[in-house]
Amino acid sequence: MKPRQQRMLAVGLAGAGIVIAAVLTLQAFKENMMFYVEISEVAQGNYPQDRNFRVGGLVVDGSVKRQPGELEVEFAVSDLENELVITYDGILPDLFREGQGIIAHGQMGDDGTFVADEVLAKHDENYMPPEVADTLAKHAAAKEAALKAEQVQP
Amino acid sequence: MWKFLHKLASPPHFYDLSAKIIPWFVVPGTILIIYGTIAGLFYAPPDYQQGDAFRIIYVHVPAAYLSMLAYTLMAVSAGIGLIWRIKLSHAVAAAAAPLGAWFTFLALITGSIWGRPMWGTWWEWGDPRLTSELIMLFLYFGYMALRAAIDDTTKADKASAVLALVGAVNIPIIHFSVEWWSSLHQGATIVRADGPAMPTEMLFPLLAMILGFSLVFGALLLGRVRSEVLFRERRSRWVKNVVLASGEQG
Amino acid sequence: MMEALAMGGYGGYVWSSFGLTLIVVIICVVQVKRRHQQVFSDIKTRLRAMETDQ
Repeated sequence: MKPRQQRMLAVGLAGAGIVIAAVLTLQAFKENMMFYVEISEVAQGNYPQDRNFRVGGLVVDGSVKRQPGELEVEFAVSDLENELVITYDGILPDLFREGQGIIAHGQMGDDGTFVADEVLAKHDENYMPPEVADTLAKHAAAKEAALKAEQVQP
Repeated sequence: MWKFLHKLASPPHFYDLSAKIIPWFVVPGTILIIYGTIAGLFYAPPDYQQGDAFRIIYVHVPAAYLSMLAYTLMAVSAGIGLIWRIKLSHAVAAAAAPLGAWFTFLALITGSIWGRPMWGTWWEWGDPRLTSELIMLFLYFGYMALRAAIDDTTKADKASAVLALVGAVNIPIIHFSVEWWSSLHQGATIVRADGPAMPTEMLFPLLAMILGFSLVFGALLLGRVRSEVLFRERRSRWVKNVVLASGEQG
Repeated sequence: MMEALAMGGYGGYVWSSFGLTLIVVIICVVQVKRRHQQVFSDIKTRLRAMETDQ
């Protein structure tokens, strides 16, 4: 290759790289900013109509309902203020469980439930052995019980 | 101190010294990696949520850490080379790029393998942490392509240094992406104001892996810089002596 | 033993991650050695060519 061609190739490659980077970044912003809707917003009816968006929250304890022998599952997610019922027909991630943070992608159905086409589980940055988690949960429960007992007996 | 640094930065001294230093990186690095692998796979307890799948952390985190360290090293060396015109620093930058690309690739793939069972997806387009790490892979490719496209070493050094420095914006973006935007990726576990969110029987193998991989990375980098220096100084007398002294074994 | 290797059902994910890591490290080591040998032999060829010129 002639030097000038090489320079052109170099500039071209660098340019292509920058374009790819810019496109990916813009996509990240778009997906994250515009199509993520808080549950409290959904509760007020502020969500995009006829278009997919994301919701996220904690799976409400005791809300997971499954039809025996079917994949379809119904559960509620909460942002600790409002709740939203989600239905999903597919394989849930292994981390999906009650109390877990999840992100669902889909759109609102006519009956006010969110019909998800993808459910992703998010985990936090804490790692611990199961025994430790059990102990922590027990301590937390004991603390709560003690707190309640205190409130009952002024 | 300055004298020592100056001497170190002179290619023949670096070439001699690095040969002596490399084993001091390789041996402890390998021992740490062997310990970390065995302890991480078989002795660390499973995670309360992720079970045994969390063990992927022992290769994913060192790879991700080194992918960013290599870029930082590349950008800083390129900057030093651009400002102070130290020959050796451009060689370091050139040597860091392919290694950084490999570790970025490794971080992306092991992350994907981890994400499938846990998050429920191999890849999430638009996730800030995942996307910024992928951008870094393209930055490495761009850097290497730019270097390969320019024959004149001095010009290649300058042009690629500018690219490395511009792309360095991505490093804080990768690091803080999980805080600035909503990401599937969780926050920092080890480096936290309130100490690591991990018990020691999980943490020690991880620290051993990070340190071990860093040492091996250091040895690989030194090895690459040696070749780079030799090539750049191929017309000099000292290289001629080195090559002739090596006899037939080279 | 088999139980430890199965990783509670995540064996495929865990072992492929570790295996891939090993492969990448080996590739990196081989690349470093190859590159060094290549540079050495290139310089040697040049030196020989110069000798014959003289």
